[in-house]
Amino acid sequence: MRWLRYIVAVLLAALASVPMRAEDLDMNEYLFGHVGDSYEWHITTVKGHPVSIPLPVIVHSKTTGWHVFSSRHLEEGPYEGFYISDSEKNSGKIVERGPSGEEIRPLDISITKNVAGLMFNSLLLVLLVLFTARWYKKHDAREEAPKGLAGVMEMMITMVEDDIIKECIGKEYKRYSPYLLTAFFFIFINNLMGIIPFFPGGANITGNIAVTFVLAMCTFLAVNLFGNKHYYKEIIWPDVPLFLKAIPLMPVIEIIGLFTKPFSLMIRLFANILAGHVMLLGVVAVVFLTAKLGVGMNAGLSAISVLFGVFLDILELLVAFLQAYVFTMLSAVFIGLSRQGD
Amino acid sequence: MILQAAAGAALGKAGAAIGAGIAAIAAAIGIGKIGAASLEAGARQPEQAGHYRLTAIIIGALVEGACLFAILVGLLVVLNN
Repeated sequence: MRWLRYIVAVLLAALASVPMRAEDLDMNEYLFGHVGDSYEWHITTVKGHPVSIPLPVIVHSKTTGWHVFSSRHLEEGPYEGFYISDSEKNSGKIVERGPSGEEIRPLDISITKNVAGLMFNSLLLVLLVLFTARWYKKHDAREEAPKGLAGVMEMMITMVEDDIIKECIGKEYKRYSPYLLTAFFFIFINNLMGIIPFFPGGANITGNIAVTFVLAMCTFLAVNLFGNKHYYKEIIWPDVPLFLKAIPLMPVIEIIGLFTKPFSLMIRLFANILAGHVMLLGVVAVVFLTAKLGVGMNAGLSAISVLFGVFLDILELLVAFLQAYVFTMLSAVFIGLSRQGD
Repeated sequence: MILQAAAGAALGKAGAAIGAGIAAIAAAIGIGKIGAASLEAGARQPEQAGHYRLTAIIIGALVEGACLFAILVGLLVVLNN
């Protein structure tokens, strides 16, 4: 193995001959470009030219009606009256000039990077589940056990069903199984695709607070639309001494609790996934930030950052599964609590 | 006056960074206690060890949720200054 040392030495000496042509890394633009939303899906940059997939822009302005066009048109400048704003308030979003020169945002239902990622991941999830179901149509589940993809899916589905749903909800778990299983696999697959750095992964979807808000809202509806009378009685008029519920102290606390529980679900998922992505981006940025400090520092710190990045990626795998598991489990617990005593 | 305003902005960022550090300390203490308790309980009753492991992971995620909330607030302060 001594020859390895010599090869590494030669490589490092060769690296010293590469001229260091480092430009300053704009951390803000780098971080938010990767973690935020945009009207095109940027894949890579070849020799200074960005290679990206232009996504459709669908806007409706009050004055000129519907416009559907590819976002490639917006690169040169204003197109049909719309342009991407640079201002503080609407930075990065499509605006048009109003009558007195101010920027108005039209009704914007474009297919942005997050929407395209959501669609792709949902399609992936549907294909996975349909493929699993096809195995069960063709074989008798009582005779043989599934192998391959159907086996993995069965393992995960039975784990979620037995450990989370049946335990926490009790008798009528079958009514809530579809929603909870969908939530688990949706969050899990979106988390995993967010870790994959190249197309079609890499869209930061569950790290977007709008997406987690909708997920928490679904849990909120599932818990409160189907709560039984005992559940509402415990909130409005609990079984406590009168002086706690006459000044409405306990009911107010309970009603606030009604909203803080899904709120914490939303924040937990959003913050965990976003923090993971930002940390990973920061570790990779070390490679570019140390480029000006010379070859030795750059090579050494890059090696360390790559190793640390691999470790962070493995941690992100655990966090992806764990956050999906915790979301589903807490939703199941809330649903179980709302149907207690039935 | 301008000096005070500039010091105010820097103080805001310093506060946010210190807050994020305190959140990290809180997360470490909380999850450390959970790990210790679950290991002790598993040592006393090894046949329930799987149950303890599961509970530890779940409560770890809940504690982490609270701390990441504090980190989020810190990030918001730093970015909106």
